Amino acid sequence: MKILTGNDLVSGDVIWWAGDGWSRQVGDSADVGERGDDLARTEEAALRVVGAYVIDATVSDDGVRPAHIKDRIRALGPTVRPDLMLKPNDADAGNWVI
Amino acid sequence: MYRYDSYDQSIVDARVEEFRDQVQRRLTGALTEDQFKPLRLMNGLYLQLHAYMLRVAIPYGTLSGKQMRKLGEIAAKYDKGYGHFTTRQNLQYNWIKLADAPDILAELATVEMHAIQTSGNCIRNISSDQYAGVSADEVADPRPWAELLRQWSSFHPEFTYLPRKFKICVIAGDDDRAAMKLHDIGLKLVERDGKIGAEVYAGGGMGRTPMVAPLINDFMPEDEIISYLEACLRVYNRYGRRDNKYKARIKILVHEIGVEEYKRQVEEEFAHMRTLGLNPPVEELDRIRAFFAPPAYDTGLSEDIDRADPAFALWVDRQVAAHKVPGYAIVNISLKPLTGIPGDASAEQIELVATLAEQYSLDELRVTHAQNLVLPHVKKADLYAIWQKLEEAGLAEANLDLITDIIACPGLDYCALANARSIPLAQKIAQRFAAAERQAELGELKVKISGCINACGHHHAGHIGILGVDRRGVENFQLSLGGSGAEDTSLGQITGPGFSEDGVVDAIEKVTDLYLAERESGERFLDTYRRLGMKPFKEAIYG
Repeated sequence: MKILTGNDLVSGDVIWWAGDGWSRQVGDSADVGERGDDLARTEEAALRVVGAYVIDATVSDDGVRPAHIKDRIRALGPTVRPDLMLKPNDADAGNWVI
Repeated sequence: MYRYDSYDQSIVDARVEEFRDQVQRRLTGALTEDQFKPLRLMNGLYLQLHAYMLRVAIPYGTLSGKQMRKLGEIAAKYDKGYGHFTTRQNLQYNWIKLADAPDILAELATVEMHAIQTSGNCIRNISSDQYAGVSADEVADPRPWAELLRQWSSFHPEFTYLPRKFKICVIAGDDDRAAMKLHDIGLKLVERDGKIGAEVYAGGGMGRTPMVAPLINDFMPEDEIISYLEACLRVYNRYGRRDNKYKARIKILVHEIGVEEYKRQVEEEFAHMRTLGLNPPVEELDRIRAFFAPPAYDTGLSEDIDRADPAFALWVDRQVAAHKVPGYAIVNISLKPLTGIPGDASAEQIELVATLAEQYSLDELRVTHAQNLVLPHVKKADLYAIWQKLEEAGLAEANLDLITDIIACPGLDYCALANARSIPLAQKIAQRFAAAERQAELGELKVKISGCINACGHHHAGHIGILGVDRRGVENFQLSLGGSGAEDTSLGQITGPGFSEDGVVDAIEKVTDLYLAERESGERFLDTYRRLGMKPFKEAIYG
């Protein structure tokens, strides 16, 4: 699947296109198919996102998983700061990145 | 320390308000990101992997207690309670909100700080020796020249849009603690016939094409340094490549046209510059120099240090350096706890170091390119009290220049340019070699890790250097040996095929085992490597 990500213009937070708006959880990502670039332009013009780009991802029972490690780290947070990761209570969260 | 005059302050204040307006226009859509990006970068604001990142300039790595306290306050108020000291002697905040950025810059301006010259193709923040002014071997305190260069280069109209970024370093002694020859221009102050001048090195750097800067002038009198640098920059600005950012640094120009031709062109330009009378008046350097006059040191102090506490004695032996004034010492504060993140400090730790600087170090501290901190003016009698406070705050690691004192860039955990994570690898190496006896046995051993070819982690200059690369979406690490950023500057050589994260830690253990087996009396790891060459180390690693 193809998903759309970027950073919230105001907060800078990593955000994921969820079909009807943006989410901070990669698991909410919607398949954007071939519409990603158009969506990115529209959403950037609406000042809701900055630096939006389309990436490949897979979906399984564990949820949506970006194909590249860089985007998995974006999705999770810095692997060296478990307290700042989006899954702070998941001791195995770091392995999801690798 | 230098204090802003009314010009400095008004320039910085005006810049804050200008940026406030630019941010507002971005938030209302009057500016697109393409229009806004160069403006925010001129104020040190990047968009990184997780959020906006603000890089704050710390000119030549010198801070007052008040400035340090402000950095801690900002970390607590606007960030997630910590900051990251970098290999450029700067500080980065990782979690900044765009709307907060002007307020942060306004707060910085109240303590004579800013984020100018921390990005863009301009002359960047000037770097220097963290022992400036307190080291016995220097011919002069290099900071007045560094400050003069700061003033000359800030908003220099001719050098604001160079082919690429430009880094200048000033040192003043034979011991190079600032990787001077790995800068675009390095100045080493020297004395000749009772006069101060500078050896000028040009065309050094790391990145994807590392080069050690060659000497292009062996004595430039102090009152002509600015004109000479102006000539160096003019030639670079004129002929540096703008068609390919990977070939745009001055090192490529010097390499491609040759050192002699570059020198010839600089001399020609310099001859012209001399006719223009552009050197700053001597009185200006004297005015700046007055700010760096030696502080009012006490006299008659005891040289004794009570070493009864063994942990304290170990720390003294490793972290405390000789000061030029009797009774005083230089304290190195490690930001490399064995399970921590190299260069990171919490808001509380920053606050503590600010207080220690005020109470014990004549209100001054330094940031090192090795991502540590320095209290430059400490009475030996106060060392134990300082150590106790550092110990309570997790800042008393005794590992300066040892294998666990690792330089590591933020890597893929934070940086949008990175290909691999540097910090977890640094932590694994530190844990593998954690035993104090083992570290001491290995002696001086500088490990430097970069998460990409841009080399912010100075891997080319590591006795052991590690470069993270992306191998089809998987982190891979290249090992290099034999680099140095010190006075014996050299570039490391790659050992061979790369490794996984665990594999590179094993490989380091093999090369250190070989070093211990083969070293001769008094040899550091680097010395043994240089004597034996790569072959036996390669055999030890790859079999």
